[in-house]
Amino acid sequence: MSEPMHECKYNPGFMRDTLIPQVGIITDIRTETPDVKTFRVEAPSGGKLFEHMPGQCAMVCAPGVGEAMFSITSSPTNKLYQEFSIKRCGVLTEHLHSLKAGDEILVRGPYGNNFPVETELKGKNLLFIAGGIALAPLRSVINYCLDNRENYGDIDIVYGSRSADDLVQRKEIEEVWSKIPGVNVHLTIDREQEGWDGHVGFVPSYLQELAFDTNRTAILCGPPIMIKFCLQGLKEMGFAMEQVYTTLELRMKCGVGKCGRCNIGTKYVCKDGPVFRFDQVDELPNEY
Amino acid sequence: MYKIQKADLPKLYASIAAESDLFLPVKVADQTNFGLYTETADVDIDTLKTVKSAKDIFFPQSETLYKVRRENDNFSIDVEQHRTSPFVVFGIRGCDVRAMTVLDKVFLSEPIDSYYAARRQMGTIVSLACGRPDTSCFCKVFGIDCAEPEGDVVTWLVGKVLYWQPKTKKGEALTEKVASLLEKADEAMVESAKNAIRAIVKKLPYANLSLEKWGAAAADANFDSKLWEEMYKPCLACGTCTFVCPTCQCYDIKDYDTGSSVQRYRCWDSCMYSDFTMMAHGNNRTSQMQRFRQRFMHKLAYFPANNQGMFSCVGCGRCVDKCPSHLNIVKVIKAFEKEGV
Repeated sequence: MSEPMHECKYNPGFMRDTLIPQVGIITDIRTETPDVKTFRVEAPSGGKLFEHMPGQCAMVCAPGVGEAMFSITSSPTNKLYQEFSIKRCGVLTEHLHSLKAGDEILVRGPYGNNFPVETELKGKNLLFIAGGIALAPLRSVINYCLDNRENYGDIDIVYGSRSADDLVQRKEIEEVWSKIPGVNVHLTIDREQEGWDGHVGFVPSYLQELAFDTNRTAILCGPPIMIKFCLQGLKEMGFAMEQVYTTLELRMKCGVGKCGRCNIGTKYVCKDGPVFRFDQVDELPNEY
Repeated sequence: MYKIQKADLPKLYASIAAESDLFLPVKVADQTNFGLYTETADVDIDTLKTVKSAKDIFFPQSETLYKVRRENDNFSIDVEQHRTSPFVVFGIRGCDVRAMTVLDKVFLSEPIDSYYAARRQMGTIVSLACGRPDTSCFCKVFGIDCAEPEGDVVTWLVGKVLYWQPKTKKGEALTEKVASLLEKADEAMVESAKNAIRAIVKKLPYANLSLEKWGAAAADANFDSKLWEEMYKPCLACGTCTFVCPTCQCYDIKDYDTGSSVQRYRCWDSCMYSDFTMMAHGNNRTSQMQRFRQRFMHKLAYFPANNQGMFSCVGCGRCVDKCPSHLNIVKVIKAFEKEGV
């Protein structure tokens, strides 16, 4: 599903190298939480820079500042633009947060594999479990499934964060996802907060309270500690490792399995991942 | 087979260099490395091992990929030109030629690295058999015959004569260009030289290292070995092993702000460094033991698992010679050979 390779105008006879980015324009910035913004990116001539599949990532570069891999949070069913939800947590992301609509960035991709939305996930009941910014990669799958609603069964979304203010995409969750038949959204925040009448507690314990049956495929994304306890919970509910998907995140520079950084065991997370089933994760050395 | 007197080699170099760039071992400040031929270059084909391999010629230590200019708040990207002119590399030893095959597996697998591919396409490799392999050499362990290296042209330095044998179309084309300097030769001298080299190789201290504990199966079997914890401690994390290694290919991509534009350049990096895997949210290899293990597991287990058993080590012995703490891949292989896992 990657963009067709183009002959390089600078280097006749060669395809344009995958390390060379395209210029993208930030056409909209939404402040999601105190430290997360969602950037809408389009090609200078309008439209998307490239096609992607849910779960795939792209390298976003601010020249002179740095470049890093981010999951594409918009669904490929969005035909107009792509979005990245980015948490401010380092030099590059600090810079990206200082940008305004109309500013340009460089983008290359898409990289990596994708959630098997057209194969293993098709026809299944789906259980999405996310914590904090980890909703970003799942939102792409969720919206893909919602836009192809007839291909999927019941959809449950368990999403939690530190506080109500830290819930990413809250508007979309409440105004769109919650209103679709067969879709159940279960929100939770870590501690009591004024004005919050929803569930309070960590995602893993909420998951256990919800006690899902195993007639569904789970997609789990979040901080390592949340993943660990949620996975344990799913196992106790009877889920097999083959029914649970996640994404891994390691440092990346090239995005195509050559620079060596995201190598773990015989896999390169940038090209063999980021999406892994937990039985595949179990086969990797414990170094992620 | 052809030959040329060693004393006439300067003519051969000049003749090749008149038509294309020629890279060959050049001595600078008492260190021999591959460098561009010039009339005043101190060419040194007698030193067995250049300090660094010929890796730089195809995968430079640093190279600009593209420049980004900013005009009126708009970015424009100038992609760096690929190598479009042919060049010759003379005097690469058998281990370093094989190392190119290892690098090919990385850079020429999809998606092809076009910068590397262009150089591979433009380069003609003239290899040089090893007259006197050194005590740190163990190329034989990886099935490399330093008496008969791979390459577009293979050469042997026997006494005062260089023997020359083209092996590929590129090699034949080069031979044709310098034909006036070469004379026909019979193979007898080369055959006896090969036998003499192989006799030395058999007696080298590391000639019989066993790779039995390595390969694809080691990816699982050796990871949790207690040997890593015992072995890594002297490692200073200096990265010397990775920089002199002909097969190490890890790289970084960084920014250089020239004032008028930002150059995005690629440079060698090392899995031995603590920030190699550092992310904003943490680091998946926090100890030197983990980084040490990663380097050897990659060369001896992960790489073979992904490349039909081919190891990402060619036994050049540079890490054996250069590690300030006397740690190296031979010690790792031997430790596993002796103690299992």
